Amino acid sequence: MAKVGDVCRHVRSKNAGPFWVTVDFFFDGPENFDRYSGSPSLHADSIARLCGTQGAHVRSFVVRDLLMVKLTYPRRFPQGGICERDMHSGQQYVRFLDLEL
Amino acid sequence: MDPVTCVIVPVGSLGTGVNEDHLRLGVAAGAHAIALDAGSTDSGAAYLATGRSKYGRDAIKRDLSILMRVRAEARIPLLIGSCGQSGCDIAVDWTRDIAVEIARENGLRPKIAILYSEQDAAALIDMSARGAITPLAPMGPIEPSVLRSCAHIVALMGPEPYIAALKGGADIVLGGRATDTAVIAAVALMRGAGAGPAWHAAKVAECGGLCTVDPTDGGVLIRIGRDAFEIEPLSPANRCDPYSVSSHMLYENGDPFRLVEPGGILDVTDARYRAAGDRVVRVTGSAFEPRPYTMKLEGAASGAFQTIMLIGIQDPKVLAAIDLFTERLHGALLDRVQRTIGAGAGDFDISLRVYGWNAVTGERVEDTPAAPREVGILFVATARTQEMATNIARTCNPYFFHFPLVRGGELPSYAFAFSPAEIERGQVHEFKLNHVVAVSDASELVRTAWVDLEAEGAVSHG
Repeated sequence: MAKVGDVCRHVRSKNAGPFWVTVDFFFDGPENFDRYSGSPSLHADSIARLCGTQGAHVRSFVVRDLLMVKLTYPRRFPQGGICERDMHSGQQYVRFLDLEL
Repeated sequence: MDPVTCVIVPVGSLGTGVNEDHLRLGVAAGAHAIALDAGSTDSGAAYLATGRSKYGRDAIKRDLSILMRVRAEARIPLLIGSCGQSGCDIAVDWTRDIAVEIARENGLRPKIAILYSEQDAAALIDMSARGAITPLAPMGPIEPSVLRSCAHIVALMGPEPYIAALKGGADIVLGGRATDTAVIAAVALMRGAGAGPAWHAAKVAECGGLCTVDPTDGGVLIRIGRDAFEIEPLSPANRCDPYSVSSHMLYENGDPFRLVEPGGILDVTDARYRAAGDRVVRVTGSAFEPRPYTMKLEGAASGAFQTIMLIGIQDPKVLAAIDLFTERLHGALLDRVQRTIGAGAGDFDISLRVYGWNAVTGERVEDTPAAPREVGILFVATARTQEMATNIARTCNPYFFHFPLVRGGELPSYAFAFSPAEIERGQVHEFKLNHVVAVSDASELVRTAWVDLEAEGAVSHG
C-alpha cells in the first residue's frame, strides 16, 4: 500500500469547463505507474464516493506515454454558485494526496 | 513538410503581457499570421453575464498595440478570438473600440473584420423546438425558460468565419466567442494544411508558453504541414520537449485524446512526439474526424446578491475549538436574522468560510493535531436583493464581531479588516448552458461587420 502523494511526482486539478473537474496523477516512474495506475482506489466508483458524484459520471484515462492517470468528474455545484469555494477547482487535487492505492 | 503555415501564438490570452521582442523573432522566422484568444469561461460566469472584461483596458490596449504595430510592419493578419473574455457582443465592441483608438494613435489603417456570435434566446428557442439543440453531459435537455433567463448567450465559432473574413481582405479579425483552437488553426486550414496537424498544433499552442519547459517565458511558434507540425518557443532561452508538448493535451481537458470542435473531433490517440533539435518538437499522427457541424452554446444568468465581511481571529482558545465556535456562531447569526428581520429576509443564506482551517473544502477537518495560528472567517450573506444582503450583514455585524466561545465574561472583539465592515459583492452569476446547436452552415449564427480604416484614411486624405 502507498499513498498517492508518495508515488506521484505531481498531482494537479483544474476545471474542464464550468461543469467538470479534471485531476491529473503523474506517477514518479514506470515502476509505480505499473504497480498503482490500475489500483481499485482510482476506479470510478471509489473516486465518485470521494467527490460526491456517481461512478457512471466519472471518466478515467490511463496515459502510459506520460505515466499518468487522468480522472474527470462533474462538479457538485456549477462553477460560481452561491457556495463556490474553489472557482477554478485548482485545489481539488489535495483531497486525493492521502488516498491509499 | 510542404506547404508549411507558420503561426505565432504570442501569449495564452490577450492582456497577459505580449513580449514585443519575441513577437518580432516569430515574424523574422517567417510567420504567416498571429493568432490568439482573449477569453475563456475558466474564470466564471460573471464575465459572460455582465459582458465585462476580465483584464483591465490598459492591459488589453498595451498588448493589442504591440500586436497591431508588428502585424502592420510584417503585413500579416492578426486573428483574435473570444474578445473581451466572454466574446459576447458588447465585449467584442469594447475590444473593437480599443483597436480603433490604437489605430488612430499610431497612424495605422487596418481593415478590421468583426465577428459576432452572440445569440438571441428567442431564435434558439425556435431551433430547440426543431430539435437542433442537444445537451452535453452532465446537463439535461434545454428549457425555454433557461434560455430566456440568460443575460447573454454565445455560440462558439469554428475557423470558417475567420477564413471568410481573411478572404474578404481583413488585416485584423476580432471575433466573439470561438474555440481557442479554431482561431489558431484558421490560417493553416485556409492555406491547405492537414486538418489533424492544424487542429492539434492549435490545441497545443492555445495557452501560449504553457506547452514549453518554462511556461513563464513567452509564446510559441507553430509550423503546420500536411502530415505533421512543429512547435517551438518564441523565446530563444526556452525549449519545448516531447513531454511538455504531449502533456499539454491533459490541461483543462476532460479527455486527453479526443477534443470536440465545431466541425469534427481532433483525435491524438496515435500522435507521436519527438524532439527535432534542442528546442523544437515535431508531432505526427494527429487526426481530425469531420462530423456534422455543431456549435457549443454558453449562457450565463445573474441571480441572488451577496454582501461579505471578513474577520481575523488569533485568540488561542477560539482556535483550539474552531469547529465548535464556527458552528455556534453560524447558528447565532441565523437566529439573529430570523428574530430581527424575520420573513422579510426572504430566501437567504449565510455561509461562514474559515480560511486557515477548512474554507476551501467546507468539510470537517479530521486528524489534525495542531490548531491554526490564526484564521480569517469570511461571512457571505446571499439574498434576493443587494439591499437585503447588506441588511443581513449589518444585522449580523455585532454578533460576528463579538461572539464569545463561552457565555459570560467580557465580550471579545475580533479583527475586522475594513470599515465599514461589510462589502457589497454584487450578483451571483452562473453558467446555465452546456449544449450544442446543429447548424447547416458554419456562418449561419455568425454576423460579420467591417471597420475599414484604410478606406476611411483614403477618404479623409482624398
